[in-house]
Amino acid sequence: MTPLLEVQDLRISFPTAGTRVSAVDGVSFTLERGEMLAVVGESGCGKSLTSLALLRLIPHPGRIEPGAVIRLDGQDVMALDEAGLRRIRGRRIGMIFQDPMTSLNPVFTVAAQIGESIRAHRKLRRAETRARALDLLREVGLPDPEARLDQYPHQLSGGMRQRVMIAIALASEPEILVADEPTTALDVTVQAQILEVLDRLRVARGMAVLLITHDLGIVAGRADRVAVMYAGRLVEEAPTPELFVHPSHPYTRGLLASVPRLSGPVTRLTPIAGTVPLPAAWPSGCRFHPRCPEVLPRCPTDDPPALGVGPGHQARCWLVEGSRP
Amino acid sequence: MTLPLLEVVDLVKHYKATGLFARDAPPVRAVEGVSFAVSRGETLGLVGESGCGKTTVGRTLLRLQEATSGSVRFEGADLLALDPAALRQVRRRLQIIFQDPYSSLNPRRTIGQAVAEGLEIHRLAPPREIPARVAALLEEVGLDPSHAERYPHEFSGGQRQRIGIARALAVEPTFIVCDEPVSALDVSVQAQVLNLLADLQARRGLSYLFIAHDLAVVRQIARRTAVMYLGRIVEIGPTDDVLSRPRHPYTRALLSAVPEPDPTTKRVRIVLPGDPPSPSNPPPGCPFHPRCFHPLKDARCSVERPLLRTIGPVEVACHYAETPP
Repeated sequence: MTPLLEVQDLRISFPTAGTRVSAVDGVSFTLERGEMLAVVGESGCGKSLTSLALLRLIPHPGRIEPGAVIRLDGQDVMALDEAGLRRIRGRRIGMIFQDPMTSLNPVFTVAAQIGESIRAHRKLRRAETRARALDLLREVGLPDPEARLDQYPHQLSGGMRQRVMIAIALASEPEILVADEPTTALDVTVQAQILEVLDRLRVARGMAVLLITHDLGIVAGRADRVAVMYAGRLVEEAPTPELFVHPSHPYTRGLLASVPRLSGPVTRLTPIAGTVPLPAAWPSGCRFHPRCPEVLPRCPTDDPPALGVGPGHQARCWLVEGSRP
Repeated sequence: MTLPLLEVVDLVKHYKATGLFARDAPPVRAVEGVSFAVSRGETLGLVGESGCGKTTVGRTLLRLQEATSGSVRFEGADLLALDPAALRQVRRRLQIIFQDPYSSLNPRRTIGQAVAEGLEIHRLAPPREIPARVAALLEEVGLDPSHAERYPHEFSGGQRQRIGIARALAVEPTFIVCDEPVSALDVSVQAQVLNLLADLQARRGLSYLFIAHDLAVVRQIARRTAVMYLGRIVEIGPTDDVLSRPRHPYTRALLSAVPEPDPTTKRVRIVLPGDPPSPSNPPPGCPFHPRCFHPLKDARCSVERPLLRTIGPVEVACHYAETPP
């Protein structure tokens, strides 16, 4: 069976001083129906660009390099014209972002903005549209939904705005919801509410979720699979429990060791040395080698391919080769 | 026990409402009677969600904002009663570092000039010794002393936070208010800065008021923790006790909402309903009662505000703290 979404060899480049620099450099993954895949990485790793590329929304002057394959249910997204893209954007693939305030229009009511999304999908009468908007607000668990319909974004809290954004994204019944750091701007108790809404919708609607985040914590116990990105590349991919129990890329291990925990003894944190490199200065060979505590002689020159660690588990690291029987 | 270095008693900060209908609007009760003490060489963590007043507490201590009432004793003097000249002398011993060091650095001055500023204002070194002092400070926070001639935009977020710390250290403080110093940093860099703060404390005997929303970060750095909700401390005590056996339902909920990067820790997730109420219109009785899930919650909670009282090693403001949920 074809996967719902298939991405192969995605490269996104930006012009700088006479050449083009690849901010995303050869990323491949799939997303199945009803699945939650988390893409995890630090700022500048290319995770948000990857999600924008699915809808061909790369900001000018960036571009997706030829050779990339993006297929939605077998359909070639790279071959679509503007009209074809409009039939996908927001309809088959919905998106929510970190800061709902910048995506909501401050001069329209909640009802008007959800209504716009509903009517783009189905031709409904005014009263039907309003009823549908109310249903959606209930579905995302917005408290007191009748009263909220006629309010403006500034009258809502951050958590409520994110619920409204999710309702807008759901109006067209998308098969995939791309959630780019959906809870980063929210307090932890509100973050827990929003993540629960996403979980519930996924089960109730069979909707696939691509969760983009920097926080390994919100991934654990929620996503089915995790893909870790570093410096424009996907460095490790595994089923979620496997990734946390057997992290196989030193970068993944480093990330896990850097996070303060709520349980167990408090010990000194083990940070990853150095800083995340910029796209114009990505190192040769394995891009993590200058910061890697387990670097091998070949790492500065030989770029490791994705090597199999176990079922559904791959890592771009030469150590994997050495550890296999 | 020795006298505390800093003692805050019944600190209150109300903001007058501003805008068109300000005359009729109630004040924003950002801080409603907060008391705590910090000893020499100790870290007190101050946690809570946005709008709980934790940042206002930090800023009123330094009189970056004037308190409405209360007292702050620091090294024997009442900070809130000092005249501007005396205040300037005390401020040398009482410094602050912010979440976003970039916004507190002048983009047109080199980081060497930024770090030297405090030394010059307080005449802590003769001019010819200043470059050497700056170099030593940069080295102490893990920056290359030869970078003193560079400008803030040339540094990453983690390096800028190190510059912010070097600036604070320049005037040889005894107490530093750390206002979300690692919240904006990537996890791998966050660990570096947390380790640096711990090292500086050990070497210089510094005291910190560490303001954060992340309980795991606070557990890493603070021996004692205070939890704030709607302008008040609802639980305060040794971090181990507060976090391993929370007695206030809000602390409990906050803990359960923290995402832990470990799928094997099966915790009961408590998803609190609703958003924190507005500090301009706090609920009567216990400020937490509209969202409280304590099985013993009753009419008393909505009428009578619970005061902080000692239970075992901690102080808790809950009528039913003896039987935590």
